Amino acid sequence: MTIEIKPAQASCNYQELVKHDRVHTSLYTDPAIFADEMDKVFYSTWVWVGHTSEIPEPGSFKTTYIGKQPVIVARDRKMKVHVLLNRCRHRGATVCEHKKGKTASFVCPYHGWSYATDGSLRGVPHPEGYADILDKGDHPLVGLRVEEYAGMIFATFKDDIESLDSYLGPAKKWMDLFMKQGGGYPVKAGNAHRFRFPGNWKIQLENTTDAYHFPLVHKSFLSSVDQQTLDMLDFVEGAGYVEDLGNGHSVMVMIPELVDLEANLDAPIPARFEELAQQLREKHSEEEVRRIVRAVGGSGFNLNIFPNIACSMAFFRVLQPIAVDQTEIHHVVLTMDGGPEEANRARLRMHEHFQGPMGFGTPDDSEAWERVQKGASAGQDLWILLNRGLPKEVETEDGRRSDVSAETGMRAAYQQWKKLMTA
Amino acid sequence: MNTNLITQVSAFIWQEADMLDHGEFQSWLEQWTADGLYIIPIDPLETDFLNTLNYAYDNHAMREKRVYRLGSGESISTVPTARTIRTTSRFRILEDSADRVTVRCAQNLCEFKKETIRHYSADVTFELVKVGDSFKIDRKIIRLINADDALQGIAYIL
Repeated sequence: MTIEIKPAQASCNYQELVKHDRVHTSLYTDPAIFADEMDKVFYSTWVWVGHTSEIPEPGSFKTTYIGKQPVIVARDRKMKVHVLLNRCRHRGATVCEHKKGKTASFVCPYHGWSYATDGSLRGVPHPEGYADILDKGDHPLVGLRVEEYAGMIFATFKDDIESLDSYLGPAKKWMDLFMKQGGGYPVKAGNAHRFRFPGNWKIQLENTTDAYHFPLVHKSFLSSVDQQTLDMLDFVEGAGYVEDLGNGHSVMVMIPELVDLEANLDAPIPARFEELAQQLREKHSEEEVRRIVRAVGGSGFNLNIFPNIACSMAFFRVLQPIAVDQTEIHHVVLTMDGGPEEANRARLRMHEHFQGPMGFGTPDDSEAWERVQKGASAGQDLWILLNRGLPKEVETEDGRRSDVSAETGMRAAYQQWKKLMTA
Repeated sequence: MNTNLITQVSAFIWQEADMLDHGEFQSWLEQWTADGLYIIPIDPLETDFLNTLNYAYDNHAMREKRVYRLGSGESISTVPTARTIRTTSRFRILEDSADRVTVRCAQNLCEFKKETIRHYSADVTFELVKVGDSFKIDRKIIRLINADDALQGIAYIL
């Protein structure tokens, strides 16, 4: 599909298109807005590019995208992490086409220019053709600003924006809580279910903080679980909440008793994990068993970090915009690094049950999002409502909070979107 | 080459394919051994399915749930139901013993749903247990050639 990119028009008055309780439908459908978003959102703020466990050793790397730009996330010989534009400085070819791996260098396949894992240009074949007009020091792979928190690696094109630490703000304590699902082991990011849907990226961004859809869209998943799980997932009228954490981040607490996985270790083990607990008791103390079992199902919340990553109960949800009406999603499985095989198998099977193109949950989400994109082409001047939960919303220390099915998290994301788009 | 055996297994596999394309899911569930596993790996070269992430790793209970989901009307991705036509061919016997046979074949599946045709090619390996003059499926491993690419939702049994 070819999209005609038009310059941002008078219609793209972002102040007018984003109200506090609704956004204009053109945010899903206008290719000019999408083009503008790449520049003003994805190339102007912190974007998640990976987890440290994905590049564990010197020379480990993965490739990914920031917005539409291909990048390499690499660990150099001294273990420093670099995020490099995947583009040879000679004539522009990508220097790496593998999704992940380990290497001593990145060599451009076109003319053989080679770069170290820190991006520095090491070798240029037949250098005599350049005599003294090519300084290798001036032509490294372009490196971005990189910072980490809780094993999460973020990069930005901007040297002058706030630190990652400041950008994440109150989201950091939720990241720390989320990582407790290692059950006493480091969290390891493994393989991912990768799928695309024909719809705008913000439809997916909203969904991670949308408890309202769960009982309806995921009815077939709920029919496939035991009664205890069903009761646990019956959260729409429960005590959970959504909280705006600032800078577009938000947390949706669905199961308050599973916010801190290291608390309440004396609580009864759910029936569905009793067999696992029994297997673990062969090699682990009762305290370890309880910690692992409590962690195995993941956290009771979704943390939505603007713009592209969510710590979603038991997995990372990575969002990659492709076009105004095309988005790629990765659901990255998390395991306990060095943890018991039985527990990690349980995590793998739970991930397969809900996630991915053949899961019992994802295809129904995907269908709903596709329907949003299709329906959004109807009408000339209609709006997307985001006012659910407004009457009960209250100020908190970290931002604003309302009930679990409130659209507070979406309002937070769109206010950040507006801030960046009008900057 | 044991062409009798190839004829036997291909007839069995064609019947299984026909059941899936024509929605005869109860009959399909009966084609399996009690411990049978239906597996769709992400990495086409993977062999340790138990300890890695798959698209599907279904035992009997999960197969039953998958079948229930397709017909329940509770899943919006299955309404309307995708129509599928799958062709299996290129059968090759990899192992043959007194009670088991392992066969690999090519599967080309065409899916139609809501104005869109999609195509999935896969290597499918069946580990079959000989039962009387027919078989039960002990393992069915579907290796999509694009398994490690981004897929679309697959709301049927591949």
